[in-house]
This record gives sequence, structure tokens and C-alpha cells, in this order.
Amino acid sequence: MSASPAVPQSPSPAAAPLHLAVALDGAGWHPAAWREPEARPKELFTARYWADLAAEAERGLLDLLTLEDGLSLQSDHPFEPDTRTDRIRGRLDAVLVAARIAPLTSHIGLVPTAITTHTEPFHLSKAVATLDFVSEGRAGLRVKVSGRNDEVRHFGRREPIALELEDLDSPASLAGLAELFGEAEDYVEVLRRLWDSWEDGAEIRDAATGRFIDREKLHYIDFEGPRFAVRGPSITPRPPQGQPLVASLAHRGEPFKLAGRSADLAFVTPRDPDDARAILAEVRAAQQAAGRGAETVHVFADLVVFLEERPGAAAERLARLNETAGAEYASDARIFAGTPAELADLLVEFAEAGLTGFRLRPGALPYDLERITRGLVPELQRRGLFRTAYEASTLRGLLGLPRPANRYATASATEPATEPATAAVGA
Amino acid sequence: MSNENSSGGDKPLKRIHLAAHFPGVNNTTVWSDPQAGSQIAFSSFAHLARTAERAKFDFLFLAEGLRLREQNGLIYDLDVVGRPDTFAVLAALAAVTDRLGLAGTINSTFNEPYEVARQFASLDHLSAGRSAWNVVTSWDAFTGENFRRGGFLREEDRYDRARQFLEASWQLFDSWRGDEVVADPVSGTFLGDPDAGRFAYRSSEFDIAGRFDVPRAPQGRPVIFQAGDSEQGREFAAASADAIFSRHGTLDAGKAFYTDVKGRLARYGREPGSLKILPAVTFVLGDTDADAREKAEVVRRQQVSGQTAIRLLEQVWNRDLSDHDPEGPLPAADPLIGEHTVAQGRASVRMNRDPLALAREWRALAEAKNLSIRDLVIEVSGRQSFVGTPARVAEEMNRFVQEDASDGFILAPHLTPGGLDEFADTVVPLLQERGVFRTEYEGSTLREHLDLPTARTTVPQEAI
Repeated sequence: MSASPAVPQSPSPAAAPLHLAVALDGAGWHPAAWREPEARPKELFTARYWADLAAEAERGLLDLLTLEDGLSLQSDHPFEPDTRTDRIRGRLDAVLVAARIAPLTSHIGLVPTAITTHTEPFHLSKAVATLDFVSEGRAGLRVKVSGRNDEVRHFGRREPIALELEDLDSPASLAGLAELFGEAEDYVEVLRRLWDSWEDGAEIRDAATGRFIDREKLHYIDFEGPRFAVRGPSITPRPPQGQPLVASLAHRGEPFKLAGRSADLAFVTPRDPDDARAILAEVRAAQQAAGRGAETVHVFADLVVFLEERPGAAAERLARLNETAGAEYASDARIFAGTPAELADLLVEFAEAGLTGFRLRPGALPYDLERITRGLVPELQRRGLFRTAYEASTLRGLLGLPRPANRYATASATEPATEPATAAVGA
Repeated sequence: MSNENSSGGDKPLKRIHLAAHFPGVNNTTVWSDPQAGSQIAFSSFAHLARTAERAKFDFLFLAEGLRLREQNGLIYDLDVVGRPDTFAVLAALAAVTDRLGLAGTINSTFNEPYEVARQFASLDHLSAGRSAWNVVTSWDAFTGENFRRGGFLREEDRYDRARQFLEASWQLFDSWRGDEVVADPVSGTFLGDPDAGRFAYRSSEFDIAGRFDVPRAPQGRPVIFQAGDSEQGREFAAASADAIFSRHGTLDAGKAFYTDVKGRLARYGREPGSLKILPAVTFVLGDTDADAREKAEVVRRQQVSGQTAIRLLEQVWNRDLSDHDPEGPLPAADPLIGEHTVAQGRASVRMNRDPLALAREWRALAEAKNLSIRDLVIEVSGRQSFVGTPARVAEEMNRFVQEDASDGFILAPHLTPGGLDEFADTVVPLLQERGVFRTEYEGSTLREHLDLPTARTTVPQEAI
């Protein structure tokens, strides 16, 4: 640590600015959060609630917000339904919530969750492209597989999924995971091909020849996989970002592969900086193996956060919440309870492992979100580690990602000069 | 208040329902006009929605497409192509409007009930009770090539699936009564019923069970629209729909359709007012009736270019006619009959069941009136339903409704997105003066705007 008293005019080269995302779900991630005095549990199914949270996140200049989703009622059991009545149950479709708040925000990225196991990539592709049009370039999508057999029964059109919670490394579970994540990888490939299936400028409105579109700039994608085939082209023109952002959450082998092979942004759950290094190595290896070594794939660590200005107060609140819930809160992600300054220290320590940002899961909403935007963000800004104004109007722009070249565009095409016409031919 | 009742007698005046159709992907949209804007930018949707809400319309309607049309094996390039996702646009429009109903087409063939029901229930929550679902069916393998299950449905099975899809969706919507979310922080009870959302539905198309994850929406379920015109379609609507999006734009055809469909309701235990009949119509306004007729002619020729006329003729002739002069006579050869079709993804193609007879009829018409290909296509394809001064159009529309040719109209302007502005500013005030159209929204939900009965809560069907 430098002892220099000088005000940091610019961050040191080692301290690149951090990216910050917030993960919104229900009344926050602690199961008792809905019982807190500031919580608004009766408003979970109103647009105003989500619009207010998005506005707060945008006031804090966060890069993006994610919205959790699933195709079944929430459950405390990872693979089966429960019948608890003391926790939040019920959820609105995340893509629609994102679209509903898009016209009310202007800079923050909007990344709803969608399930690849039971939905149609053609529908999701146009929905997220539309979210990108509606938000003028701020759309993303977090893809998620479903390993739950109650969700299989909600759709009634595929065989039960063979995952054993007690032993995810059993041959049956590994085969099941490979199937689900292989399908997700195909799904993302179809999304990206459909977004590219219209070249930029395909709409020509040429009154002289009577043509509205140049059909030479529309492309069949002809995807064939074991679970589905999609002919294309999309019904929706190429969205403003070219390709909206694709994100995924990963905890282990198969999911790391999906993140490295298919995603622009991976959310991971390291316990400590060493764990983060090991995870990053796996994601980067998958990225290299997929021939994407030169592309930027962001890796953000997920942390559940409880924040208070007074030292020790956050831990007290967490203990109180645990008591209300009747059980100590456990999470797949590391749980942090402390002051914004302590969290800033922790983020710096994690970032040194090579992470490019963080997805913070507020323990309670809107309380901990406000501690992030009004406590953590100013702290990071003081250290020169976070933006003081939005520097780009698109989500890709905020994350420093280029607008992808269109894989189908021909070298001779006269494209708007946003990207060099060196599109790789699709895999 | 002396001239409003054109139907005479002591029958009370019916209130007119009005909706706006976002100009779709077909040759009724004039994209070549200098005033034509984007059909994909959100600002276009927001403009039309705000205009419709300013005029106190019942709802805005969005159509859907799931595969780009083809003709002669090539993507059709003459009309507006490219549209957004129905749900995402309607959800975004809920943010820029307060009362306007938000109606969209969602296909029952290439979707699954659990997902569609949670999308509509979500939209209804996010719009505080303004959602409507136009249930359509599809059967062609051509569209199916974009989906997991492909073209698996036989044409004759499509209404079976649609009916079962709706039944399954109602099971899902009604699996929450509406009082389950207690959210009492003191007692720690979030859900008042541990079985909230439980459902089971089994039929020839679906075998689903479990728990639905969206609590009961403000309208209970979305308002249901139906658009088919076949015998099966009419019966389906009489049994299940809240409104019909019909094609019958003339007074006599409208009356016949109205009488037929309303007459079917009793056998399902329904009142005539529980199903609204709303034809899709077009309009052209002018300072004088003659001026409007002249403008309408110009619009028709913009809608049907020479190339468009040839392509439309090809859809009946089922062969390549690109070497024909649109200003010349109809083809001497007869239409090709057989499995092969030059046009894919176009509903109208399927309706040309007897192309040989149609070609004979058109030849006779062209000969009698000395029409070129383009003139003929303009003559036989749809024309503007209401043409005239705002006063004339208001009077005509009111007459349609008071004489039971419809309960109102879904207006499809030919310009995106400003095509409704003049109507909102000139015709709507005249309808309001006549006391046949609202001057303020009385209710907050679309079901209230349409004077529809509250959605019934069905008793969940036992698992079979």
C-alpha cells in the first residue's frame, strides 16, 4: 500500500474501474427480508415496485441489473417444490418486467433471466431483440437451465431430468447436466444467429424498385441440433447492439464451459480470491478452447450483501433476519455483512484475482440497494474505482464490449461504419 | 342532441368501442409516403398508443408474425417486413400509457400454456389490468420450421389445440383466487394458502400439472379475442371469446355476421353483450367527401404498386408471372393447381380454395370494366371502409353500430405512426358529441372499457 497522501487523480494502472451489477429478486435475497420495515411485500406484483428499484440502481450509475426468474413457484429445495407459506412465493415474467421498466430508465443495462430448457429460442430471440429496441441498446439476457422435474410437468413434453442433488458428480447427474447445458449452448448459438440474420441496413425502403427490404441481407440460419432446429431468419430486425449481452451464472464444470464458450458475461461464486483465480482459469480455458481467446468475456463475482455505515451493525441485522427466518441464511454465493468501506476493500481484493466486476445481491430490498448506491458507490468513486457518470448509452458500451460484426455480412456489403466487415463465419 | 339516433325507435343508443391496430406487415401500410416512420422503433409504438389513449380508445392491437413470408421461394420484399415481439412491446407500452388496453396476438400452436399464461398474467399485473390476448391458430409446417415441435399439427386439429390451450390457460389463471398473498410481516404469513396455484389439465394435446407461479392478475385473465371466420372459428369464439376481430367491413356482411355469431352465444349460456364484434376497418378523411375519395384513390395506388399487383395475382395463379406487364391484361393461362404453392406464410393463400373459378370471375370483371392487372387487383382487393369528411365518417360508423353490424371498430391506419392523429382530432369529438363514445375513461381495466362481465373463476378441474 502506498503511503502517498496525494489525492488520486486517476486510478493506478493495476486498479481498473470496476463494473457493478445488482441482482434483483423479490424483497431481497434473505428469506426474511420481506418482513423488514422498509420492505414492500404487497407491491411485488406491481410495476411501480420494479420501476423504483431500477431508478435507484440507475441513480447509483450501476452497469446493469438482473432479474431472477423460473418456471415454477420459488422453493427452498433446489430441485423440488415446497409448500412453505412464510416466504415469498410468486413471480412475474422477468423479460416483461424488464420491458416494462425500459422506457422509465435511460442508461442502466436490463438483463432478465430466461429458462432455456422449456422455451423456444425463436421467441426469446425476438423478445430480447425487442427489449433492445425498447431500451435503445441496453438489453441483455441471462440464460438459465432448469433441472427441476416439477417444471418438466408444467410443460409435459419431455422426459424427467436425471439430476441427483446428493451427488451431482454421479454419472447420471453429469450426463443430465451435459444434456441441459449442451442444449443451452445450442440455444445461445441460435439467439446469436437470429440476431445476425438481418444485416444492418437490410431495410432499404427503395421507392424506385418498390422494395422495402433487400432480401440479400436477410439470412436463413439453418440451425440443426438434437433438441431443436430453427430455420430463420428472425422476424425482428437486428437490434441496436447487434447482439444483446448474453450472461450466465456458473458454479462448476459444465456451467463454466457454457460461460466460456457462449457468454459475454459470467457470474461466478468464489469463496475467496484464490477460489476466484481457480474459477477464472476454468472459464478462460473454456473460452480459449472455443476459439474465443481474443474476445472480452467479463467475469463478475456474485456476493450477497448486507450493508450498514456503523461497523458491526450489518452483522447484527443479518443475525436479526436469521432469527426471524428461524434459520441461518445460506447461499451459493459468499455472504458479506459490513460497512460500504469494508465491502470496497473486499471488492478490491477480489478484483486483483482478475475479476472485472461484481453482481451484488442485496440482502434486503430496497434497503441494501440504497446502501450500495448511496454508500458503496461513493466509496468506490472516492478511490477512483467507479464511474462518476454514465460514459456510454448502450450496455455493451458500458462494459467496453464492441458491437459484434455480423457473421452473415459479406465483405462487399456497404455497412454503416460501426464495425470492420471481418465477420467470422458462424460455427 | 337531436340528430344522434339514426336507427330511430326507442332503442337506447349503443356505445361505440374503438381500437387502434398498429399498421402491420402487408400492403395496407404505405411505407413509401414521406410521412411514414419506423415500424420497429419504440417511439412509433409509443406515438400510436399515446394518440389512442388521448382519444380514449379501448385498446391498441398488435399482430404477430413467426416466419417471414416467401413467394417463388424468396423472402417477400415489397411490403413492410420486420416486427417486434408482442409481449415485450405491450409491456413497454404499459409504461407510457395509463388506461389504454393492450392487446396482442399470440399463437396457440407454437407456444405452451404455462409460459403464455404467465406472460399474460404478468402483463396484466404490469399494466394494472389492461391485457388482451388474440388467440390464433396455425398449422403450417413452414412456420413450424422455426420451432421445436415443427409442423406437427394437422389443419383440422388446430382449433382442438387452441380450445385446449385456452382451457389449460384458464386452469392456470384461475388456480389463484386472488386472496392468497397475505404478506403479513407480523405473523410471517406470506401465502395464506399452501396450495395456491395448484393445477392439473389433461387432454389430447396437453398433460400438465403442478403449481402456477403468478398470483391472480387484476383482470383475472386477459380479455380473449378471436379472429377466425370459419364455422369452427365462429363456434370457438361463441364458446370462449370476449371479442371477435372480424373482417366484415360492409354494413350487410357485418349485420349477417353479427346476427350469426351473437345467435350462437345462448347455447353456451352467454348474454349477447358478453361478446363484442369489432371489424378491422380502414379510413381516409378529407375536407370534402370528394377530396377524401380522391385521397383514397391515391392511397390505393400507393398500396398496390405494379409489382405488388403482379405478386398478388401470382398468389392466385400459383405461378411466376413476373414477365407480365401490370398495366396489361390478365394472364391467358389458368392458375396452377396442386400441392406446390408459390406463396408461403400468407393466410390469404389458403382462402383461395378454388383458384380456377376465381380466375374466371376476375377475367370477366376485367373484360367488362376494361381493367389492367393493377386496376383489377385494386378493384378486387380491400378498399378503405370509411371515406369522407369527419362528419360523414362519424355518421357512418355510428350507423354500423346502431344497426348492429358491429359493436365498434379496430382502426388500421395506413401510415406509421401518425395515421391515427387526424381521426383522433376530428372524428372522435363528433362521436363524443353524439353521445356514442366516451369523453373520459370510466374504468381502469380493459374489461371495464369493453363492458364485459367479470372473468369467472372456474373451479379447478380435478386431475383426471
